[in-house]
Amino acid sequence: MKKQVAVIGAGMTLFRRKLKETGKELSFLATKMAMEEAGIQKDEIDMVVMGSAPDAFDGIHMKGENLLDGAAAVGKPYVRVFNGGGTGVFAPIAGWWHVASGVADVCLVVCEEKMGSCYPHPQTAFRHIWDPILDRPLNPNLVWLFAMEMNRYMTVHNIKKEDIALVAVKNKRNAVGHPCAQLADPNITVEDVLNSEVMAWPVQRLDISPPSDGASALIFCSEDVVHKFTDDPIWVAGVGWNIDSTMWTNRDLYFPRYVANAAKMAYKMAGITNPPKEIDFAEPYDPFDYKELHHMEGLLLCKKGEAPILTREGVTQRDGDLPICPSGGLLGVGNPIAATMGQKVCELYWQLAGKAGKRQIPGDPRVGVGQAWGDIMQMATVMILKR
Amino acid sequence: MSKKVCIIGIGHTDFNSMTPDVEWKELMYEACQKAYVDAGINPRKDVDSFITCAEDYWEGFSIFDEFVPDQIGATLRPCCTVCGDGLYGLGNAYMQIKTGVINVVSVEAHSKVSDLLTYGDIVLHAFDPLYERPISGPIERPNYGGSPKYSQDHPKPLVGKTNETERVHPYFLAGLEMQYYLKKTGTTEEQCALVAVKNKKNAFFNPYADYEANITVDDVMKSEYLFKPLKRYDISPNVDGAVCFVLADEETAKSLSDNMIYLEGFGWSSETPWISTRGMDALYAKRAAKMAYKMAGITQPRKEIDIVEVDDRFTYKELQHLEALGLAREGEAAKMLEEGELNLDGALPTNVSGGSLGVGNCLEATGLQKALEIVTQLRGHAGKRQVTDVETGLAQAWRGIPSGSGVVAIFKKG
Amino acid sequence: MSEEEKRQFEGYPKYAPGTHVRDKHIYNKEITYTWWEPEVQYSWSLGPAMSRFLQELKAGKIIGKKCNTCDRVIVPPRMFCEYCYNPTGEWVYLKDTGTVETFSISYLDPDARRIEEPILIGVISIDGAAPKHGFMHYFGEMKPEELKIGMRVKAVWKPENERTGSITDIKYFRPLRGDEE
Repeated sequence: MKKQVAVIGAGMTLFRRKLKETGKELSFLATKMAMEEAGIQKDEIDMVVMGSAPDAFDGIHMKGENLLDGAAAVGKPYVRVFNGGGTGVFAPIAGWWHVASGVADVCLVVCEEKMGSCYPHPQTAFRHIWDPILDRPLNPNLVWLFAMEMNRYMTVHNIKKEDIALVAVKNKRNAVGHPCAQLADPNITVEDVLNSEVMAWPVQRLDISPPSDGASALIFCSEDVVHKFTDDPIWVAGVGWNIDSTMWTNRDLYFPRYVANAAKMAYKMAGITNPPKEIDFAEPYDPFDYKELHHMEGLLLCKKGEAPILTREGVTQRDGDLPICPSGGLLGVGNPIAATMGQKVCELYWQLAGKAGKRQIPGDPRVGVGQAWGDIMQMATVMILKR
Repeated sequence: MSKKVCIIGIGHTDFNSMTPDVEWKELMYEACQKAYVDAGINPRKDVDSFITCAEDYWEGFSIFDEFVPDQIGATLRPCCTVCGDGLYGLGNAYMQIKTGVINVVSVEAHSKVSDLLTYGDIVLHAFDPLYERPISGPIERPNYGGSPKYSQDHPKPLVGKTNETERVHPYFLAGLEMQYYLKKTGTTEEQCALVAVKNKKNAFFNPYADYEANITVDDVMKSEYLFKPLKRYDISPNVDGAVCFVLADEETAKSLSDNMIYLEGFGWSSETPWISTRGMDALYAKRAAKMAYKMAGITQPRKEIDIVEVDDRFTYKELQHLEALGLAREGEAAKMLEEGELNLDGALPTNVSGGSLGVGNCLEATGLQKALEIVTQLRGHAGKRQVTDVETGLAQAWRGIPSGSGVVAIFKKG
Repeated sequence: MSEEEKRQFEGYPKYAPGTHVRDKHIYNKEITYTWWEPEVQYSWSLGPAMSRFLQELKAGKIIGKKCNTCDRVIVPPRMFCEYCYNPTGEWVYLKDTGTVETFSISYLDPDARRIEEPILIGVISIDGAAPKHGFMHYFGEMKPEELKIGMRVKAVWKPENERTGSITDIKYFRPLRGDEE
C-alpha cells in the first residue's frame, strides 16, 4: 500500500549559542548542503516540510512563512509542523508521509532554530510553556521541571549521580568527531560534571545542553525514483509518535510511557519484535544526561532501571554492543530544539551509509532508531532507518 | 494507493464574537465530541491519529501542542500540530491515510481570538523584523541591554498604541492589494461592496454565523475608510469557534455510513515571504488549485464544480480568489456577482454560509469552516440554505496577512 | 562496505557553515541588529472548571471533580476526563494535605539568575484525589536536606484578606506534624 521511502542527502550547519546568519540563511545553508550530497536540483524537489520550535525565540509570528524562501519552498507546497522538542524527529515523519502516500516523489525536510534572538536569554520564552493558572504564578524556571523528573527517576530506581554523569562524559567526548559541535570536550571527566554548579538539585550545569542556533536538512525520495540518486539507499523502516496528557502533575514521571507507545508503533511498522537484539545503535534525545537513560528504557532497549548499569559497563560507548548517541547527542553538539534532527535522524543516515568519518561505529550497523521528546514531558517521536 | 479518503464526521461549536463562559479547552472538546458522535466512533479506541492546526501566538503559549491532547481525545495517542490553516490539517490527514498505516484521523482547528487583546500587534509580529515591520511606523530604539523604562508616572500602557510609538495596523497591506486589484481588473468599489451585502445576507440562513446583517451597497459605501479603499464593512470581524473533522479510508467509512463524502483532491502552495517581490495576483491560489484539480481529475472547473467557499476575509479577496481558482475569467468575477451567478440560486453559489464576512474571521479555523459548509451541503443537511443538485464542492483558504500561502480542497459526493 | 572502504570516506557533514558571534559583538555594534518589543497581551477566559477551582482557593479550600466512568477524583479539576473522554460529574472537596511525589531544590530564579537561598519546589499529590493527582507548589518551613519523596505535607494559606483567587493563595506546603495525621 505505501511506498518505501529512502533518505538520499542530509546537511547541518554549525551549532553555536549565537550565529550571525538569520533564520532564512541558516535554512539555506543546511538545504544547500543536503542538496549537494544528494546531487539534486531545486526543481526536482516536489514538496517541503519545515520543522521549527516556538515562534517566541525568533520573535516572528507564523515563523514558518518567514523561513520558507530559505527552505527552497517558494512556489512549492510547503507546510510547517511543530511539536515542541519532538519536532526534530517529527518533521522527518511528516516528510515521510508526504512521500509514502504517493503525493510527492521527493520531499525536503528542513529544521531551523534561532534561539539567540530572544533577549535577554531564551529562558524567558520558556516561561510561556507553563499553564497560565496553575504554574505561571509560581514563577517557574524550566530547569525545575527536569530536576523534578530526574529526582523521581533517580529515587525510584536508586541511581547514583555518578552513573548519570557518565552519560555527559560519553556524549561530550563522542562529539569531538563532529564539525558542528558546540560543547565537544575530549578531556571531560565525571568529577568535572559532579563539581559543576548546582542549578536546581539534582541538575548541575554540565548535565544540561545549551540553547543554540542552527539548522539541518534531510531529503527523502520514494522507491520509484531512488535509483536516480544512489545504489545503496537507506530506507525508513518505521515511524511512531505519541503524546501524553497535558496534566504532568497527574502522572508518575519515572517512566516515559509515551516513548514506549511511540516506539511500539514504530517497531510494529518495522517488523521488529526484539528491540535490544535487533537495533544496532540508537540516538535517543538527550537534552539532559539522565534523559538518555530515561529514553533508553522508554525505547524498550533495556529493562526499567537497567540503563545506568549498561552505561557503567561501557555497553553504550561507540565501540560497545549498543552504541547510544554516537554523534555526541545534544549534550555534545548543541540543542537548537528542532534542528537536533541533525544529530538524531541525519546521524542515523550518515552512520548507516558509512559516511560518519571519525564518529563511525565499527562493525556493520544495519538498523538504527532515533527519538525526540517534546512539550511538557509529553511528546515522543521515533523513526527507524535501516539499510 | 488507490484507496480513497472519506469524511465520516463533522462537528463545530457556535461561532461567537466572545466566549467568556468557556476555556479554549472546552471549545475544542465540544467540537470534537460532536464530530465523534457524528461519525459514530469512540476517539479513545478508533481514531489512529490526531491533528491540530494552531499557531502559538494566537493562543498565547510558547508550545501550544502541549495543551492539545486531553480535549481532543489524544491522550497517549499519536497527535501532532500543523502550523497552518485547518485545510492543511485535512491535507496531512489525507496523506497519513494514504500511507496505509493509519486508518482514521481527526483534524481540529479553533479560534479563541477573544482571548487575544492585541490582535493587530500579533499580525504585525508576523512581518519580517528587518525590512517590513519598521514600515509600520517609527519604533523606539532603546540601548542594547535595556527595555523602555516604565515607572509609576509613565506606566506601560495596557492596550493599543504606546506613547512612544505610532504603529499602523497591518491590514494596510490588504488595502494596497485591493487598490492593485481594482486597477488591474477594472472592478469598482461598489462591486466589492456587493460581496459584503451578499455574504452578510447569506449568513441569516446560517444558524452558527455571528455577523449576519441586512445591509445595502449604499451602507457599505458610506462606512468609514479604514485602509483606503477598504472600508469598515469590507473587512471581516473576528470570531471564536472550533471545528473538527474526522476522516477515514473508504473501507472504514463504508462500514459506518451509507452517505459517502470523498476528499477527492487538495493542493497547497506558498509564494515568497518577501512582500516587495511577491506580486498581488493570488498566485498561491492558482498553484494550489492546479494541484487539487489534477488530483481530483477535474479538467473544466467552471463546469464541474457546483458550489464554492472561498476565503473572503476582505471583500475583494472573494473576487480575486474566484479568478485565481479558474472559476471566473480575469476581471469577470465582479460581473458574475452583479448578474446573480454567485447567489444561492445562481450558476456558481459562492460563500453560501456567509463566508468570513458573515460568520466572522476565525483565524486558522477558516479553512475548516469553509470545508464544513461544503460537506454539509453535499450531505443535504444545509436546511434553508441548501443548494440543489450539488455533487462537487471546493473549499479554499488563505493564511491571512502577511502570508502568501493558500490551500484548496475538493469534496465529492459518493 | 568493508572497514577499509569506510575509512576512506571523509566524514559527513563535510563542513559546518555558520558564523559564530558573541554578545560583545552586539554591545560593540560590530554586527547589525534590529530590536522589537511586541505588544502581546492575552486574557484567557477560564471556563467553569478552573473558575470554580480558583474561587475555592480564595475561600481556603481545594476542590476536585469526579469522573464517574473512571471512578477517580481529578485535581486540578476539568470538565472532561482525558482517559474516557466523558464529561466529569460532581465536585468533591479535598483535604489540604498531601504527599510529596517529587521535588527540586533550585538555585536559579525565573530569569536564570543565581540566588543564595534555594527555592524548594515540587509536586504534591492531594489527599482525597486519585493516586498521584495533584499540582506543583513551593515548600517551606523546612531545610533542603529534610525534603524527601513520600513526605507528608500540609498547605499553609495566606490570610483571608490577602487571597485573590490564584494558586498563590497557598503560600507553600509545610511538613505535616505527627499529631495532624
